[in-house]
Amino acid sequence: MDQIGPAAIGAALRERVEDFLAEIAFALDDDRLEDWPGFFTEDAAYRIVPRDGYEAGRPIGILLCEGRGMMQDRVLALRTANIFEPHSYCHLLGRPRIARAADGALTVRSSFVLYRTMQGGGTEVFAAGKYVDRIVERDGALLLAGRDVVVESRRVDILVVLPI
Amino acid sequence: MSVALAPEVSLRWPAAGVTRVPFRVFSDPAIHALEQQRIFRGPLWHFLCLEIDIPNPGDWRLGTIGETPIVVTRDAHGTIHAMVNRCAHKGALVCLQERGNAEALTCVYHSWTYDLAGQCQSVAFRHGLRGKGGMPEDFDPAQHRLEPVRTTTFCGLVFGTFSDATPDIETFLGPGAAGVIRRNLSRPHKLLGMHSQIIHNNWKLYAENVRDSYHATLLHTFYTTFKINRLDMDGGMILSDDGRHSLSYAKRAQLRESAEYANVHSAQYESGLHGPHLLDAFTEFDDGITHMIQTVFPTLTIQHTLNSLAVRFFTPRGIDQTELFWMYLGYADDDAERTAMRVRQANLTGAAGLVSLEDGCINEFVQRGTRGSEDREAFLEMGGRDVASSDGSRATETAIRGFWQNYRGLMGW
Repeated sequence: MDQIGPAAIGAALRERVEDFLAEIAFALDDDRLEDWPGFFTEDAAYRIVPRDGYEAGRPIGILLCEGRGMMQDRVLALRTANIFEPHSYCHLLGRPRIARAADGALTVRSSFVLYRTMQGGGTEVFAAGKYVDRIVERDGALLLAGRDVVVESRRVDILVVLPI
Repeated sequence: MSVALAPEVSLRWPAAGVTRVPFRVFSDPAIHALEQQRIFRGPLWHFLCLEIDIPNPGDWRLGTIGETPIVVTRDAHGTIHAMVNRCAHKGALVCLQERGNAEALTCVYHSWTYDLAGQCQSVAFRHGLRGKGGMPEDFDPAQHRLEPVRTTTFCGLVFGTFSDATPDIETFLGPGAAGVIRRNLSRPHKLLGMHSQIIHNNWKLYAENVRDSYHATLLHTFYTTFKINRLDMDGGMILSDDGRHSLSYAKRAQLRESAEYANVHSAQYESGLHGPHLLDAFTEFDDGITHMIQTVFPTLTIQHTLNSLAVRFFTPRGIDQTELFWMYLGYADDDAERTAMRVRQANLTGAAGLVSLEDGCINEFVQRGTRGSEDREAFLEMGGRDVASSDGSRATETAIRGFWQNYRGLMGW
């Protein structure tokens, strides 16, 4: 339950949150995937879920990492084990709506569009949707305590291997 | 039944039989058109949906048989029906949403209305307006209906067929395949999640792929790395008597290190997972099998790998695109801990599956690799040249040969 509405979030905090969200996207777009788990708390859950399943409350979506360890495994797997056609990401983020929950965490919703470019040269919209984030402050730094990536479509083109 | 007849295709199958596959079958539009008739309107049961997709009277959901759009309904008496989702009037889609609940199905174009068995009930302005216009006097709604599809159910799976020649489902499956489905799906189950992926290849390349136990641990290197499934685990490939349906199985507890893996790229990593609980599993069956992939000809697959239970269904979306659906299930009486394990293990398969995501692109690589080589052929002799079960080994292409044996028979080649 949000205790304090968006209006009560100061401009300085908003700016910190927006910068934080942008940094996460830049890490993915710049292929700094090893940095990606570091944006999360140790036990944060990261999920990619289609909108229809999310709204129906179904527990299985497209991808799930329970904790930073599983995120590291994902990155290790795609670097060393998984085989796929090389591609890169470009995320465009929308202005977030920020509120503070009863436990002090920030609840943040932001829209995104994700372009994927394959090695053959084609750039296409790969996904669009929203991030539903819980953000906490630890030792002066913002961290994701949970991120649901809610994609509009339940239909994935080819495969998902890089985090969104 | 009136079916637009696709023209006959003259194709001389290579003399080496099912150990060869002409690449042309993956890219020739004339063959794709003929398949709609011989395979998808042929004497086979095609998966439509799960019974739990339409639990209540009035529920309906969309499906396909080949490229043909289908709507599956449950009527007020609980009976399941399937019809072509094409209005008897002008041919528009009748149901637009993927699923819904209604007392009747109404086409939005001219409000022709059908009951849940597909029988036309009424048409708008049948008697015209203010005495003018309307249908001819002899128009009879009873003479119009949505094209019916025969349906049957088995362990919660709903199947449909256009052909009167399709035998009953148990005969179609045979005792072996029916037994495996019963093992996995006879208990009440529930949907834990669903997504699909578009793969850029002909549907038959995926049909080969799911029957290909030879590739599994070579391409899907996560498997080998974390010792989930290797060909040196006890296992095998069992085919139905007609070679149509297959079961690839393995027993995780029976892992023996084979020297053959020493030089395989995928076997050379340290297997330490940072999140090792990914592979936490509980024993569900006393047959020792921890990993099974069952194929039901032509386009259905059921997996039970560790505790991940899923129904996969694939359907052509044009000659060089296929939509692959992943429906993840749990049993109705699962407790929270079991559900959590199934949810976690769903990471292994699907469009982002740690051990399956390569299948999203590998079949496309074949589609692209065979372009311009329509007169050449694939070579399928791993595990021999016959179509027979391979009890001791999964280093075999026997199930793929079984697919092609049946495909050839249906296509008349």
